[in-house]
Amino acid sequence: MAQAALRRFSGEALIEEAGPTGMVTLRGTLRSGAILSAVQGAVGLRVPEVRRAESGPRGSVLWMSPDELMLICEAGEAAGIAAGITERLAGEHFLALDLSSARSRFRISGAGAREVLAKGAPVDLAPRAFGPGDLRRTRLGSVAVAFWCTGPDMFELICFRSVADHVYEWLCLAARPGGRVHLY
Amino acid sequence: MSRFRVPGRGRVNPDRPVTFRFDGRPVQGCEGDTVASALLANGIHLMGRSFKYHRPRGAVAAGSEEPNALINTRRGPGRAEPNTRATMQEIWPGLEARPQNCWPRLSFDLGAVNDRAYMLFSAGFYYKTFMWPRSFWDKLYEPVIRAAAGLGVSPSEEDPDTYASRYLHTDVLVVGAGPAGLAAARTAAEAGLRVVLVDEHAEAGGTLLSEPQARIAGLPAWDWLTAELAALKALGVRVMTRTTAIGYYHQNMIGLCQRLTDHLAELPADTPRERMWRLRAARVVLAQGALEKPLVFDGNDRPGVMLAGAAQTYLHRFGVRVGDRPVILTSHDSAWHAAFDLQDAGAKVAAIVDTRAAPPAALAGEAQARGIRVLAGFTATATSGRLRVRSVRVHPVSAGTVGAGEEIACDCLLMSGGWTPSLHLFSHTKGSLAWDEDRTTFLPADTPEDCVIAGAGRGLWGIAATLADGAEKGAEVAASLGRGASAPALPVEGDRTGSGTSHTELATDRSPSRARAFVDFQNDVTAKDLRLAVREGMRSIEHVKRYTTNGMATDQGKMSNINGLNIAADALGRAQPKVGLTTFRPPYTPTSFGAFAGYHRGGHFEVTRRTAIDPLAEAAGAVFEPVGQWRRARYFPRPGEDMDTAVARECRATRTAIGMFDASTLGKIEVVGPDAVEFMNRMYTNPWTKLQPGRCRYGLLLGDDGFIRDDGVIGRLAHDRFHVTTTTGGAARVLNMMEDYLQTEWPELDVWLTSTTEQWSTIALNGPRVAELLRPLVEGVTLTEEAFPHMSVAECTVAGMPARLFRVSFTGETGFEVNVPAPMGPALWQRLAEAGAPLGLTPYGTEAMHVMRAEKGYIIVGQDTDGTVTPADAGLTWAVGKAKPDFVGKRGLARPDLTAPGRRQLVGLLTEDGTTLLEEGAQIVLDPAQPVPMKMVGHVTSAYRSEAAGRPIALALVEGGHGRMGETVHIPMPDRTIAATITGCVFHDPENTRLKLAAPGGDA
Repeated sequence: MAQAALRRFSGEALIEEAGPTGMVTLRGTLRSGAILSAVQGAVGLRVPEVRRAESGPRGSVLWMSPDELMLICEAGEAAGIAAGITERLAGEHFLALDLSSARSRFRISGAGAREVLAKGAPVDLAPRAFGPGDLRRTRLGSVAVAFWCTGPDMFELICFRSVADHVYEWLCLAARPGGRVHLY
Repeated sequence: MSRFRVPGRGRVNPDRPVTFRFDGRPVQGCEGDTVASALLANGIHLMGRSFKYHRPRGAVAAGSEEPNALINTRRGPGRAEPNTRATMQEIWPGLEARPQNCWPRLSFDLGAVNDRAYMLFSAGFYYKTFMWPRSFWDKLYEPVIRAAAGLGVSPSEEDPDTYASRYLHTDVLVVGAGPAGLAAARTAAEAGLRVVLVDEHAEAGGTLLSEPQARIAGLPAWDWLTAELAALKALGVRVMTRTTAIGYYHQNMIGLCQRLTDHLAELPADTPRERMWRLRAARVVLAQGALEKPLVFDGNDRPGVMLAGAAQTYLHRFGVRVGDRPVILTSHDSAWHAAFDLQDAGAKVAAIVDTRAAPPAALAGEAQARGIRVLAGFTATATSGRLRVRSVRVHPVSAGTVGAGEEIACDCLLMSGGWTPSLHLFSHTKGSLAWDEDRTTFLPADTPEDCVIAGAGRGLWGIAATLADGAEKGAEVAASLGRGASAPALPVEGDRTGSGTSHTELATDRSPSRARAFVDFQNDVTAKDLRLAVREGMRSIEHVKRYTTNGMATDQGKMSNINGLNIAADALGRAQPKVGLTTFRPPYTPTSFGAFAGYHRGGHFEVTRRTAIDPLAEAAGAVFEPVGQWRRARYFPRPGEDMDTAVARECRATRTAIGMFDASTLGKIEVVGPDAVEFMNRMYTNPWTKLQPGRCRYGLLLGDDGFIRDDGVIGRLAHDRFHVTTTTGGAARVLNMMEDYLQTEWPELDVWLTSTTEQWSTIALNGPRVAELLRPLVEGVTLTEEAFPHMSVAECTVAGMPARLFRVSFTGETGFEVNVPAPMGPALWQRLAEAGAPLGLTPYGTEAMHVMRAEKGYIIVGQDTDGTVTPADAGLTWAVGKAKPDFVGKRGLARPDLTAPGRRQLVGLLTEDGTTLLEEGAQIVLDPAQPVPMKMVGHVTSAYRSEAAGRPIALALVEGGHGRMGETVHIPMPDRTIAATITGCVFHDPENTRLKLAAPGGDA
């Protein structure tokens, strides 16, 4: 299947569609040694603290709930990672599922990025309150999203695939020139 | 220079004249004026007509509490705002301001006939007079009353402006930028906290703007203000003017409406008109100040009668003398200063009339020094003047006796009944109030929110006291957030402190029943109305409020509630704290719908969820319908086809060849774990233990009340893994319900859940030739009746794509559902369309799906059920595992009413003429000859034209329906009554022969 061109919009912030992304949902007892080593083995990262994301060269691990993580990886690797975890955790009680197709991912970056998110998410986005590695499962406008800070004024955001068009258009609307009030 | 502009006074810019239009005529003001101050500078007091009696009215206040001077502002099509306070609207060149509620014009208003008939319009008049006949209310009385009474007119065009919204978190929010607010913000900011300071006016300063005589820390008040604002800016305090705190919500969430362009002549590009801030503050300081109370006496509403404090604001902030010959009527010291300031600004004060027998000697001395006549221990009983006050009648009061009256000529009457704290936002927090007998008012006491009140808002008076209190509260807030702070003492010279007494109505020598003594100016409620309400039996202040409408206008009783309470308490013979105050509710001032809507308009009004296959349906010309938040293809019309024709063709194709349907919106949940089967046994009514991996079963989900909540086909993928499907609309609800039970009721079960709805594109293929289509495309499963019977599931590949293949049917034909990873859906759809074309494959939409499932009697939860239908009612007893020890709803099902005879049960209906299509939702009766209102025994839940049945069919819920097979019922419609026969629910292939798979190579 031909891959559609990825959309991007440059306004007060740069809004980019990230394209196919590997996403593995892992539910289990997050602090158990088995899960820790499974995550380490899968993407070479620690299990993140509450409302945090860990990132490294092989991907990211997102804290999604007290018993749920999401592993972010290359699109082609998700099935293998899910299978690898399933093998490694045999005998444990867990769920590992390649859900790469369920969600879409966006990048929001630039000096206005924090303000773009602050237009729709009830989150304290001041740099001292929300820095690299911080993550929230929250909403943007009226849509459920998760976003995390990947660097100074750089964010990634995931939402369900069915609302991806809505979220992209919402982000572009929020990033329209003239919309900044220089909050942060 | 306008006649009443005082040179050298005010903060307006006399070098920048601004011309706008009021009531169709040009008016000149200065940059910095409000509509009200500019009109007053030109000697115009008449600004509007009252709500009920159409009485001429002028501005009585200078701020957002203004009840009278409401205008309609207009800036071209769609940009019209009704009920704008002339006291808040800043002028700009070209502004068009129109008075409201008057016809043909402001100075001659025909509606004023209501005023002559005022005896008719007293409290409760509508309820008492227009009761009978009942049918006249909707068609005659109400429209006529609404047309006569009323305020502004809403614009009918689309609003061309944009509106922004923003979340903000801060340590401290200070509401009100008067002395208390400024001091609180400064102290908290110096302690290192993030501070936001908001004020509804165009500039910060509050009282200081009206009291330039004061000196703070050695500086003139206005110089100090400038320096203070610079210091706040340097400390990083975000100061937002023209920003109204409209509501105080739970956990210190405050709504702030910031007006960005309503004061500008030219609309800047890319700027929203308003921005709604949703601000979460760790602590809130409410420094909203106090509102001056009017005095209640006959004729207290004539243009020219205004609050003394407002006159002072017009003089000092806007450089406007509100009259040449004022009379001051007061029960409080503060109004004396208004008299002095006006006298000093060139007015000739005719008299200071104080209701108190012995006002402070110092004030009397100052009046004497200025040559102002003082009447102490006096009352006012009437005013004269049609469109502007001309005189006031005053009398000495001695030992409760009103003496001989004297008419004093004046061109304005400045009144003060003392001050009451602005309690609105505090009231939003559900804060409790404490009665203060000395000040005859309620003061804020305790609140569940992290909020403190500073300054005049808690009854303090004077700049020194409010500055000190603000600083103290700022330090208190800082300390509660773990920051040390010092509250600096600021010396204040020229401060005006004072006190006063409080009144109900002023004493009069005339019959109180004839007095037009207004309490609520905006809703035209008089003291007499309040007393009448009490006489007629209203005891609760909430009832008095609703019966009289006191405090129910757009100003929410900012000026009237406390006077209303005092009068009602007096009439009830109970102390005020025993009577209590009515509740103030958000928003503080009227707020535009645009500000609330923000970005939620046009394409963003609501979220539209689209499947991956949706673009193909759109390209194929599908007509869509909303299902929950999804949009789904309803039918695929060919050129010239209407819906009925297209749907009939889609059904025919499915029943004779192959129909293809995008079922991706179905909810999907993966249930995994060693206890998965036990979990399923407890959640669903059906038994799951014996279901083998690779097989599916129809599952029925109840609430704990025993009523049907959801249903769907559930596949067992492995011993410890289920693929659950739910209805489209129920997906999120079912997952939440499952998590709820798992986490709170059955934590001992080792089960994990996750939503997979969006992971899969689901394509349903139905029809006698479907196996011919799929056999060449499917690898990993043999598509024969033996190897893959009806209600099977397998993981395999379809057209080379990884798939979960279900053999299920929602049409009664041989059916499959192919699930592939969502992005592959469009490719699979196209591949199937190409491969199926020679076999007669036709895409169908939700409408054909509905028809075909109804022909088979398959229910749709939420259409054929309504939350009160049990499995037995729906004829689904077979799906309930009676031998199971428990499942959600089992206990509910045992309740006597759920097994009682006469319940509404799902049946089929066939109209007896064989051609009439029933209407969904139509009510059903047994005897059409009975008198109205008839006894309704049920309603039609689904109705379609059915080619397969050869006639229209319907499903219905009918009382005792399962026992009424063959009986005739009647469906009364506006133009006729339709007779229908009760039947079973299956209209097509009752033996299910068509579900069978033809052998390979066999005839379809």
